[in-house]
Amino acid sequence: MPYVVERKPLTLLERVYIPQILAGLRVTLKHLFAPNVTMEYPEQRPPIPAGYRGVPTLVKDPNGREKCVSCQLCEFVCPPKAIRITPGEVPADQPDRAHVEKAPQAFDIDMLRCIYCGLCQEVCPEEAIFLQNQFSMTGYTRAEMVNDKARLYELGGTLPDQHFKWDKKKDAAEHGNAH
Amino acid sequence: MTAIVEFWNNLHPLLQGVIKGLAVIGVMFPIGGACSLVERKVSAAIQGRPGPNRAMPFWFAWVPVIGPFLQRLGVFHLMADGAKMFFKEDSLPGHVNKFYFLLAPVVAMIPALTTVTVVPFGAYFDEAGRMIPLVLANLDVGILAVFAIGSLGVYSLILAGWASNSKYPFLGGIRASAQLISYELSMTLAVVPVFLMINVPGGSGTLSLTDVVGFQSGTWQGLTMASLHGTWFIMTMPLAAIIFLVALFAETNRLPFDMAEGEADLVGGFHTEYGAMKWGLFFVAEYSHMLIGSGVFTLLFLGGWNPLPFVPLASVVGWLAHLSPLFQHPLAVGLLSIGIFLAKVLFFMFLFMWVRWTVPRFRYDQVMKLGWQKLLPLAIGNLIFYAVLIALLQPKL
Repeated sequence: MPYVVERKPLTLLERVYIPQILAGLRVTLKHLFAPNVTMEYPEQRPPIPAGYRGVPTLVKDPNGREKCVSCQLCEFVCPPKAIRITPGEVPADQPDRAHVEKAPQAFDIDMLRCIYCGLCQEVCPEEAIFLQNQFSMTGYTRAEMVNDKARLYELGGTLPDQHFKWDKKKDAAEHGNAH
Repeated sequence: MTAIVEFWNNLHPLLQGVIKGLAVIGVMFPIGGACSLVERKVSAAIQGRPGPNRAMPFWFAWVPVIGPFLQRLGVFHLMADGAKMFFKEDSLPGHVNKFYFLLAPVVAMIPALTTVTVVPFGAYFDEAGRMIPLVLANLDVGILAVFAIGSLGVYSLILAGWASNSKYPFLGGIRASAQLISYELSMTLAVVPVFLMINVPGGSGTLSLTDVVGFQSGTWQGLTMASLHGTWFIMTMPLAAIIFLVALFAETNRLPFDMAEGEADLVGGFHTEYGAMKWGLFFVAEYSHMLIGSGVFTLLFLGGWNPLPFVPLASVVGWLAHLSPLFQHPLAVGLLSIGIFLAKVLFFMFLFMWVRWTVPRFRYDQVMKLGWQKLLPLAIGNLIFYAVLIALLQPKL
């Protein structure tokens, strides 16, 4: 059922304009003295809702170990090809990482290319990459806009983890039933 | 003090004129600049945001309370804007007619700074109690000179629009010229009743703005004709005042009559191809036009430097003289009158900004319709009405 808005002819006072303009001036004058509604950004930050998808970051497991195993799935799935991973082995001289399969040697995300689609987070089998609430990525050079591994871990920090994958692998290895 | 006055009086009149002219320009330019800042602040306040509040010279941050306060006020943005306009690359497009392109901003400034010569901005009283206006040239053609020179401003818009050799500036220039010429008519016709009123038949006729203010500086004499001299013309001729004000908005290219530079349909209008200080000159010229226009409106309809209707400047000076005879000094009276006049003018500058954020921009055909089909008949009717009224009443005046 279409709804027809009937255009009423203007009254004489409305056609004279002046009273209408004066009424408008009253409204704007009220706004002139009303408090500002602006948030002054660098000093005041907006509250970030839970589940916000900002800058992609790498996270560590509760024991402070890298979760990323450099499987390169995120690099493969990334639509704008923003992610570059150089796969690497875990050094043998680190006993607390003895059961970690692999780790990236280098992990770069070019934030000038990243489109914040979150596919990397979806595809990651180790839940190592997360889009977190960091929303303000700025820099003066192109090089500054490339997040390297150290920066990604600094942004990501540690997320609570329910799986303790490496601990389970360690238990399995110690009790002799690997797979 | 007397030595300075002596020295001043001994100066060559030409030199005196140059110094006075430079002094007036030296006041108008900064007010124009300050208005651009106030415009930004008022716009921001009406829109519920703080407006410019970042720029600050680094050493000023050390001043404890005043520094941050001035920064919040945004006063340093004025310097930043000025510095930017002077030092930014002043590009000259290759496809323009260079001579007229460069001439247009200069032509914009000339009428803006020339009209001020006949606009009185204050007065003092000599020993005989006569009112001596503070004006660069107290011409008898006063308002005629303002209209004649002020309408030259349209040349700069046409020149800028045409010389830019580009479609949008051209359309902007065309629109501006049509609009300015259309509203010139109703503006002039709205003013005629005022001069019919102040010119008594048989006396020597005058178009001087000073005499308009002189007519409006009287005291309450009861319900008689003499009381007309205490009223302001906005009370006796409200319709003329409204027509003049609307035409003034159109003449100064201010919103809602922002046809020349409507950025929604014409990019930047006539100044699309301009940058840096050349653009800045257009900007200052617009504010100077607004200042002069508000000044003329104040003189014609709002009693000039008289503080209130029926309370002329002379009465106020008389009351102040009871406090201290120092207030009777011409210098004090002059400063007081300039202060009152400037306050009214600055209120109008605020009104310009206030209306800008209230009334949306008209369409071009609406502007033309309003000018030719509404304002012009109104102005003519108003003129005939007051001509008849004054013819009937003036024998008793």
